[in-house]
Amino acid sequence: MASLDRVKVLVLGDSGVGKSSLVHLLCQNQVLGNPSWTVGCSVDVRVHDYKEGTPEEKTYYIELWDVGGSVGSASSVKSTRAVFYNSVNGIIFVHDLTNKKSSQNLRRWSLEALNRDLVPTGVLVTNGDYDQEQFADNQIPLLVIGTKLDQIHETKRHEVLTRTAFLAEDFNPEEINLVIEKRYFLREGNQIPGFPDRKRFGAGTLKSLHYD
Amino acid sequence: MSFLIDSSIMITSQILFFGFGWLFFMRQLFKDYEIRQYVVQVIFSVTFAFSCTMFELIIFEILGVLNSSSRYFHWKMNLCVILLILVFMVPFYIGYFIVSNIRLLHKQRLLFSCLLWLTFMYFFWKLGDPFPILSPKHEQLISRVGVIGVTLMALLSGFGAVNCPYTYMSYFLRNVTDTDILALERRLLQTMDMIISKKKRMAMARRTMFQKGEVHNKPSGFWGMIKSVTTSASGSENLTLIQQEVDALEELSRQLFLETADLYATKERIEYSKTFKGKYFNFLGYFFSIYCVWKIFMATINIVFDRVGKTDPVTRGIEITVNYLGIQFDVKFWSQHISFILVGIIIVTSIRGLLITLTKFFYAISSSKSSNVIVLLLAQIMGMYFVSSVLLIRMSMPLEYRTIITEVLGELQFNFYHRWFDVIFLVSALSSILFLYLAHKQAPEKQMAP
Repeated sequence: MASLDRVKVLVLGDSGVGKSSLVHLLCQNQVLGNPSWTVGCSVDVRVHDYKEGTPEEKTYYIELWDVGGSVGSASSVKSTRAVFYNSVNGIIFVHDLTNKKSSQNLRRWSLEALNRDLVPTGVLVTNGDYDQEQFADNQIPLLVIGTKLDQIHETKRHEVLTRTAFLAEDFNPEEINLVIEKRYFLREGNQIPGFPDRKRFGAGTLKSLHYD
Repeated sequence: MSFLIDSSIMITSQILFFGFGWLFFMRQLFKDYEIRQYVVQVIFSVTFAFSCTMFELIIFEILGVLNSSSRYFHWKMNLCVILLILVFMVPFYIGYFIVSNIRLLHKQRLLFSCLLWLTFMYFFWKLGDPFPILSPKHEQLISRVGVIGVTLMALLSGFGAVNCPYTYMSYFLRNVTDTDILALERRLLQTMDMIISKKKRMAMARRTMFQKGEVHNKPSGFWGMIKSVTTSASGSENLTLIQQEVDALEELSRQLFLETADLYATKERIEYSKTFKGKYFNFLGYFFSIYCVWKIFMATINIVFDRVGKTDPVTRGIEITVNYLGIQFDVKFWSQHISFILVGIIIVTSIRGLLITLTKFFYAISSSKSSNVIVLLLAQIMGMYFVSSVLLIRMSMPLEYRTIITEVLGELQFNFYHRWFDVIFLVSALSSILFLYLAHKQAPEKQMAP
């Protein structure tokens, strides 16, 4: 299986938003029965047929690196986490629809993950400032996912869905060549039937991800 | 008329404290969570406000501000409200929020939270049996709250007294180099790669099994059974084996992650200790370690010789200066001011210390589901801690100011509380020393392991 190329995708977000459940759902097609705290990083692998049915079909292993912890962790924990951010092909940001702060914190997560290369190795220091220009030449595609839609009361769902995630406003697709799309996974959902993913790889960039 | 003025001053200050508690809750404690249940925030701020008012009343007592009868009235009222909150409201809400988290009992939330509260009251009452407590109704509650609060204070003080020099002094810092960290990181990444390659095999095996329809095939008939024995679920057997290996590797990766984080933290502390601030704290650390040893020594003496200090530090200090050093000054005037400063410092540092400890504790253990329950628990601890601070602070005040506390709180056995504090302090300090010693010894061995 050495011929299969490696695709590394980070899954980032606050604690308790459902990253481990999401990764488990994607890779095992099953709902995670007893989610517990992720210490460090847990990895899972999904086999994916790129361009299925066409002559250029190729099978890829997508590694989903689910990094645990919160944005407000001690800088020693942040420095340790930084070792996972090497050579990343894509990032999935997960936030909790029942908790507004988790989507606000996505900014700080993006800062931590994407600015890694600007800081020399050693103790990682972030002061939490958000500067849009730093992301101008970002080539890594990003996806934002909101979870736990079923835990929001019926009447409030519309209001929550129309509230855009903070990141979506700041990243202009034309400049940065990435697409952001929101999909909401129900926590009790059974297997999401069929996963006809359509991914087009161009120089290792994800153009779009669609789930049925 | 003066009563009205006094009351309005008290109420204004209470509102100020309430606002401070509200802000603290919003900005510090709950900064990563969305506040959905405002009840929790209100309860926390109210507990904080009334606790601070008690301290304020002590200060007023020393300074002689306000009318003494209105002070007494406010003491009584404040005490009633605080007891009401600590014994009735907060435990009830803790029970309510715990029950709300459990889905099964969602329908009869109120009923079950009442049940929980009754259980709490039962244990709370039982707690008072082994201690010397007199019969009047009012004092029953205070004494129980006092016992719990004093235990908490002593535990925290004991641990703090030992931990403070340990963290400040750089003598205990292990030597960490960049190569150590890099080596650990490499091991961590290697472990992750191993996990990935095993998971790839598993995923591919599952996929081929699925494609061959092996998963859904049940052996049917005689030949089916023979076939299944030989070719067998070799696929699924392999899978369970690999899964076990993966579990072990994942545990290893978690350990490595924690160790690396530890090394980074130590490296930061080493760098910090080289700065000016670090050197200052290092010096403080030596000073505090001497203070801590002295305190442990005094606690032992108190227990062994069954000695209870009769005079407070202020009066004793004044006595020493007057009698031995022969310096004459207006005792009454200075005693008032010095005790005000001393008591003020004690109050401020204990409030600040408690709030910081609570915040750290909260960040460490809370999650989005349990945040409400944990905050209420912290409010309960805070209330009990402050009530028992009032009990113990009595010892630091000169005789003439102690009367108000004695009057308000009734015939409590104050000496008992001090003795209890000493015992728990000693136990806590000694066990912290043991614990830190073990933790310190264990860490360098981990580094040496291949």
